Amino acid sequence: MAFIDYYKILGVPKNASESDIKKAYRKLARKYHPDLNPNDSVAEKKFKEINEANEVLSDPENRKKYDQYGEHWKHAEEYEKAKQQQSQHQRSYQGSSGGYSAKDFSDFFENMFSGASAGASGRQVKFRGQDFNAELQLDLKDVFTTHKRTLTVNNKNIRITIPAGVENGQIIKIKGHGGKGINGGPNGDLYIQFSIVNHSKFKRDKADLYTTVDLDIYKAMLGGELTVDTFDGQVKLNIKPETQNGATVKLKGKGFPVYKKEGQFGDLFITYQLKIPTNLSNTEKDLIKQLQTQRR
Amino acid sequence: MENRDLIPVKLICKHYKIPSSFINTLQEFQLIELTIKKDDFFIHRTQLKEVEKMARLHYDLEINMEGIDAIYNLLEQVENLKQEIRTLNNRLRLYEDF
Repeated sequence: MAFIDYYKILGVPKNASESDIKKAYRKLARKYHPDLNPNDSVAEKKFKEINEANEVLSDPENRKKYDQYGEHWKHAEEYEKAKQQQSQHQRSYQGSSGGYSAKDFSDFFENMFSGASAGASGRQVKFRGQDFNAELQLDLKDVFTTHKRTLTVNNKNIRITIPAGVENGQIIKIKGHGGKGINGGPNGDLYIQFSIVNHSKFKRDKADLYTTVDLDIYKAMLGGELTVDTFDGQVKLNIKPETQNGATVKLKGKGFPVYKKEGQFGDLFITYQLKIPTNLSNTEKDLIKQLQTQRR
Repeated sequence: MENRDLIPVKLICKHYKIPSSFINTLQEFQLIELTIKKDDFFIHRTQLKEVEKMARLHYDLEINMEGIDAIYNLLEQVENLKQEIRTLNNRLRLYEDF
């Protein structure tokens, strides 16, 4: 992992005083605190970084080690020992620094939120755990019916019910499946945002569906029957004589399920697109000319 | 409202180690609702999450009550705007693919 410059994270110079560090931390914490930035993973990551930087720089001993050893500060003692051993053996050692590499931010964050420390105020307060956010991609067909699905979140399998009619971008809350509570507090919640991909020929607006069907000009002029696809089957439509291009019909209750209203459906709107015949034969052309003359 | 849904303020203050004046101020700012029964104050369990959140904002980030009130109003506006953007995005998709 790359070296993390805690001073840069807090935006303070290396010679910053304790109060400068505290002030910078407070300012950034107010900006990126998860309570002020719900469902924002970028802010959450930034908040973890700020906390880690503050944990190190606000503690004079840790700060001293960090200033002296940089990325190896957590292993300062081992580092010193290794250096001594090196000089004892009087040989140059160009070993890898892998053993001293900085760990992820998470171990600090865990310390902060696992009860080892109770935040800046030093209160031993029981707080609920962090809320987790996840995104679940589904096909439009998947959300036409209510179904169950198993998700793996933080190595735990969770079986959830996905209600029919859930919308793209909609967020549902799974209670108690977030981060562990602090100091014995309750667990946080898991928020799942749905990303609905639509590969069908239907466009969706909430519970209503829209589609376009081709209609030949003869049927449009004279009327007739036409079988069209709905989202879950087919229906036979009566085409009125003299139907115009772009005319729309509404099929009541043939749309998408209404979210959390079992048995209720939106409507399906069908727009007719007239198809003009191509590659006309001479006979056809003559007949159409006759028709044209007739209409004048 | 059932009694089991109501948690005594005294118990909450003890549990979270916060002064009862903090809860009273939250009520004065109309950020939470208190229920009074036989001279005792109670909070509905659905409001606990908000009390925790406001305690974090107040004690950990040193935000005063006026600030918390303003934050809550702005967060509500943000949530409404997010919902509107979601609806508009979904409606836009309707025309983009045609």
